[in-house]
Amino acid sequence: MSRKTRFWTGGERRDAGRKVKIHRGDGTFEFTEWKNLRVGDIVKVEKDNFFPADLVMLASGYDDGLCYVETMNLDGETNLKLKQALDATSGLQADSGFQNFKAIIKCEDPNASLYTFVGTMEYEEQQYPLSPQQLLLRDSKLRNTDYIYGVVVFTGHDTKVMQNATNPPSKRSKIERKMDKLIYLLLLLLVLISFIGSVIFGIITSDDIQDGKMKRWYLKPDDSSIYYDPKKAAVAAILHFLTAMMLYSYFIPISLYVSIEIVKVLQTIFINQDIQMYHEESDKPAHARTSNLNEELGQVDTILSDKTGTLTCNSMEFIKCSIAGTAYGHGFTEVERAMARRKGSPLMENEQSEENYEHPKLAVKGFNFDDERIMNGNWVNEPHSDVVQLFFRLLAVCHTAIPEVDEETGKISYEAESPDEAAFVIAARELGFEFYQRTQTNICIRELDPVSGMHVEKSYKLLSVLEFNSTRKRMSVILQDEEGKLLLLSKGADSVMFERLAQDGREFEDKTKEQMHEYADAGLRTLVLAYRQLDEEEYKSFNEKFMAAKNSVSADRDEKIEEAADSIERDLILLGATAVEDKLQNGVPECIDKLAQAGIKIWVLTGDKMETAINIGYACSLLRQGMKQIIITLDRPEIIRLEKGGNKDAFAKASRDSVIYQINEGKKLLSSSSTESFALIIDGKSLAYALEDDVKNLFLQLAVGCASVICCRSSPKQKALVTRLVKAGTGKVTLGIGDGANDVGMLQEADIGVGISGAEGMQAVMASDVAIAQFRFLERLLLVHGHWCYQRISSMICYFFYKNITFGLTLFLYEAYASFSGQPAYNDWYLSLYNVFFTSLPVIALGVFDQDVSARLCLKFPMLYQEGVQNVLFSWLRILGWMFNGVCNGVMIFFFCTTALQHQAFRKGGEVVDFAVLGATMYTCVVWVVNCQMALSVSYFTLIQHIFIWGGIALWYLFLLAYGAITPTLSTSAFMVFVEGLAPAPSYWITALFVVVATLIPFFTYSVIRMRFFPMYHNMIQWLRFDGHADDPEYCQVVRQRSVRPTTVGVSARIDAKLHSQPAASRRESS
Amino acid sequence: MEMEAGSTSASGGGTQAHSYSPLRSKAFYKFTQQNLPACKPNLTPARVIVIFLLAGVVFIPVGLICLRASESVVEILDRYDIECVPESYRNNKVAYIKDSSISKNCKRLIKIQKHMKAPIYVYYELDNYYQNHRRYIKSRSDKQLLHGLEYKDTSSCRPEEYNNGLSIVPCGLVAWSLFNDSYTFVREAVELRINRRNIAWKSDREHKFGRNVYPFNFQNGSLIGGGNLDPDVPLSEQEDLIVWMRTAALPKFRKLYGVIEEDLQADEIIEVHLVNNYNTYSFGGKKKLVLTTKNWLGGKNDFLGIAYMATGGFCIFMSILFALIHVKNPRPHGDPTYSYGNRKSTTS
Repeated sequence: MSRKTRFWTGGERRDAGRKVKIHRGDGTFEFTEWKNLRVGDIVKVEKDNFFPADLVMLASGYDDGLCYVETMNLDGETNLKLKQALDATSGLQADSGFQNFKAIIKCEDPNASLYTFVGTMEYEEQQYPLSPQQLLLRDSKLRNTDYIYGVVVFTGHDTKVMQNATNPPSKRSKIERKMDKLIYLLLLLLVLISFIGSVIFGIITSDDIQDGKMKRWYLKPDDSSIYYDPKKAAVAAILHFLTAMMLYSYFIPISLYVSIEIVKVLQTIFINQDIQMYHEESDKPAHARTSNLNEELGQVDTILSDKTGTLTCNSMEFIKCSIAGTAYGHGFTEVERAMARRKGSPLMENEQSEENYEHPKLAVKGFNFDDERIMNGNWVNEPHSDVVQLFFRLLAVCHTAIPEVDEETGKISYEAESPDEAAFVIAARELGFEFYQRTQTNICIRELDPVSGMHVEKSYKLLSVLEFNSTRKRMSVILQDEEGKLLLLSKGADSVMFERLAQDGREFEDKTKEQMHEYADAGLRTLVLAYRQLDEEEYKSFNEKFMAAKNSVSADRDEKIEEAADSIERDLILLGATAVEDKLQNGVPECIDKLAQAGIKIWVLTGDKMETAINIGYACSLLRQGMKQIIITLDRPEIIRLEKGGNKDAFAKASRDSVIYQINEGKKLLSSSSTESFALIIDGKSLAYALEDDVKNLFLQLAVGCASVICCRSSPKQKALVTRLVKAGTGKVTLGIGDGANDVGMLQEADIGVGISGAEGMQAVMASDVAIAQFRFLERLLLVHGHWCYQRISSMICYFFYKNITFGLTLFLYEAYASFSGQPAYNDWYLSLYNVFFTSLPVIALGVFDQDVSARLCLKFPMLYQEGVQNVLFSWLRILGWMFNGVCNGVMIFFFCTTALQHQAFRKGGEVVDFAVLGATMYTCVVWVVNCQMALSVSYFTLIQHIFIWGGIALWYLFLLAYGAITPTLSTSAFMVFVEGLAPAPSYWITALFVVVATLIPFFTYSVIRMRFFPMYHNMIQWLRFDGHADDPEYCQVVRQRSVRPTTVGVSARIDAKLHSQPAASRRESS
Repeated sequence: MEMEAGSTSASGGGTQAHSYSPLRSKAFYKFTQQNLPACKPNLTPARVIVIFLLAGVVFIPVGLICLRASESVVEILDRYDIECVPESYRNNKVAYIKDSSISKNCKRLIKIQKHMKAPIYVYYELDNYYQNHRRYIKSRSDKQLLHGLEYKDTSSCRPEEYNNGLSIVPCGLVAWSLFNDSYTFVREAVELRINRRNIAWKSDREHKFGRNVYPFNFQNGSLIGGGNLDPDVPLSEQEDLIVWMRTAALPKFRKLYGVIEEDLQADEIIEVHLVNNYNTYSFGGKKKLVLTTKNWLGGKNDFLGIAYMATGGFCIFMSILFALIHVKNPRPHGDPTYSYGNRKSTTS
């Protein structure tokens, strides 16, 4: 509990200054701080303020108790949501009304579900059911409503948004975790060899005095210190063990941690500096906020992406329409552009020239329609101009948007419930049907009169609005025009609209359907528009029924309303269809395509409706025609009936069973076909059951088998849970990407959280590990920087182990020849400086600058990324291989040196090799070998590498000169050793040359053979580049095909699928 | 080696670089974009063949030269530690060596096999003697060797620091265990002149051992270690001590005793009169006397020559092997078409 409190103090401090009006009991409201709110308080929240707690709304500034809220921080959607107070309380529109207000609210326990709320309110001795409609959630904002009154039901940590928060975890990369294991392994090795040494030392030492006789008298074993006392050999051995641990500590590269930190910080600087991840419009470069996870970027297996603001720009654009069977609008969607670019078809040039001239006009947000046939009033010349007129008139009047006239410019903007609705109204305005006023009873538009060619103002009397909801999937208005004609105008999803058409209203049905199919495949959101003329009688009888239903208070009120609406919304006449693009961010389809080619799985987790999510799936090419969709939903009649029934347990059980059943069905489908690719779409309610402990593995198995997974209507908590499930269930690296406060949990839970530093707030960026300005930069971040960092860090760690083992082993072997007495082969300063000067800089250069494959080729051969996902560069085999190389090199250096410089005279004066000379020679060989080994393994030699590698060796000689020149009391054994001893002796140079070359030959031979016969993927690309084939498209294709497994999502897959289906189609046609 | 200048990314929508920082120099820009000119070494078959060939071509001659140099050295080894013990003490050599009443003189005959050209170096070789033992190697005081009694802090010398309450110069186990066998060489009844000066490293004589430091209270303890020193000769001229104190790296080592500056002819017999004082018997070490000539490389050691030739041979072998593979099967390294067999021929 205390931990939790501490965690939230930050939030409380942030809220400290925020105040809200609270009821003081006598009908007056006073400001108080948020933290003072208690459950049961009545608060008044004013326009554009955040709700301080979860409130049950009592009344609002509107008479009918409506209010609009913005829930961006909860689900990432920027459109306004409508909430409504209970009728019983909606009359309390003044402060004074609360003087004697008394009611009892009973509600559920605090929980994390944003879209459910169950409760009752007892007011004036009557029970009223409470629903999510009355619940105003903390962190959402009151919009377009002057004020609301509400009762606090959950405060602080009990609020739904807080229940969705997850504690920020500390993240470490997989490689580092594996490195820890390696360190343990080495530690074990260290203990082992120290132990062996100690045992042998103990035996030898105890041998020094036998039966009172000294063996090695020159050590004076009879007068020994505790460290070498033969009489207490066991103690001496234990003490020796400690000495040995210190001496062999070179096996454990302690400096590795320091070096890795330095390298990672430098790597992040490079990531931040990358101009190709710099977004000029928003002036935002990429920003790696933690240096811990660089190499993890090269190992991502699954990307979990938010939709709104991440994949899409969160703006809807009216882009195409089909009126009377004719398709209008020749803008291109992002997907079409991407496909054209992929194919290199002439469409691209067309599009480019078009874009150039289109750009200045693209000033209108939400409108990207271009067709001279109907623009600028030209529609009057179209063959079905009457249909066109009705079509746009419908768009202008059939909605619930509110116009806002800017008083200075006279420009009209719209506040709509959903962005697509806004797009319709804007489209209508741009095409000459300007909606400018809404009153309680009338809708006024300015429209072009085809006869006079003038803009005339028209007012329609609004008789009824049949509102949109997710079961009806349509909305209609009934209005009376100035001539007194009654019209029912209706728009809705194709699934419900086509079946409601009249026999004589199906004139354009086939063509419209065909065009809608195309739109849907391009990821556009389509709606069918239809109308019907009513006669007075019919309307009257409908209205009676409708009003009766509306006024009834019984439980089946909704059903009655629906029934009434249903009775009038039939025999419609088709006008056409609209296509709205949920605008993808720049370059998203290509980016997804590249990532898919790189073998990365992409899951979309969105708070959006299922339809929207599916649309975006198409738009991003995560879904395509011909892909089998497995949809798991609880929007089934039997479940809804149970939910209405109110039996909670039965409902939960039925839901659970239904979800499990659906998952199992999906799995059966999955296993029955190996050729087809599947997409899994699941909604939030089902997800709640699918994430339960005993179901989640089943769900994961299904999800992993699918090519793409889309979770819609998911709460922030669910996003985090799904992320955790994938992370824990597959054990692979997950990357969460999102931009809103609702993605924070996901970003924190994922191995890497990438925040989009877009327009929406900073919460996601603050919670992220890397912030980028655009989704498309992810491609470069992962495929280039991720791969590089992964390759660099893994090579670096391997090399580090190698060089320390080589060095440590020479020490150990020397010990074996010094009766394990603990005498290091080298001067103390040589020992200390090994990891500091002579070998450290090249490793850091390797970690910072090495590039196995250039950025261009990284992007060209995305499959290269799989090296990271499958972790081939940091597999146990490779690590142990490097360690083995270190062991070999250490053994070779030691034995070659000691054999070459045995006991014979080694210089012209006849002096023999002594302790100092052997140490310096061996050390020279070690420095040369590890540095040359580095030169052999580096694949990218810039001036920096040259300076560091050869500089390290030169530094050793300089050091030896300098150190040997100072007084012998300080330099001890190194005094003049180079000037007098080594440099003039040819045998020193000849030995060094031999040892270095002979030691490196095995590795060189190994890498030559590997390169020639078993090249890794990056080796192959290196060949390609070397041969100059990298620009030969045909050749590259062959290489790609060699290891690219066919992707199932993305633009490329779509093109492939089309290519495959075409011959089939033509065959069908010919037969 | 191939130079690849910075390549521009093919990714869609990359913003143009120059608008970002026009002030920064181009090199720095390339640096931050990780686009510095670099050479990317690649192991092509041709290069591999050439590298191996080159290594072989260099190594084999070097090996031959080394081997020749080593063979030109004449080296005579004579182990005397057993033969110099009288038959009666063979079973208890330690008692023999510790008994100071027994004469330790011993005569050895050495037959010169081959003409030996002056200078001829005389070494003693000890085996199984751990001069590199940590306790041993630490037990000295470099400062005392240089400054003598003025320098008081000789704790590192323990257990040979004080004797009878007085400091020992030179202190420490290394000096205490000084080798004290001595050799005289007689050829046809004439004693060979053996030069025992300048046998130590010049830097040792001049910088590590004091000119005004004289042995003091040395070998005065109850337990005599090795040889004694003339208290009237400064340490910088006690070259036997200096040589001895330059500790050996490995348990088997030689140390220079002196230089005979006369040629020795083949088939000559040299009489060696030696005093077998030094106790190697208690730890089973061997003692050998070594007479050797030298060459430009040093003493006799065939290892370098053979190793160079073997490595060179391996390189040539690899080079030929790769050349054969390359000629027989000229697959342009990593060419993926190879693994698809004759994919290209079927399509064309």
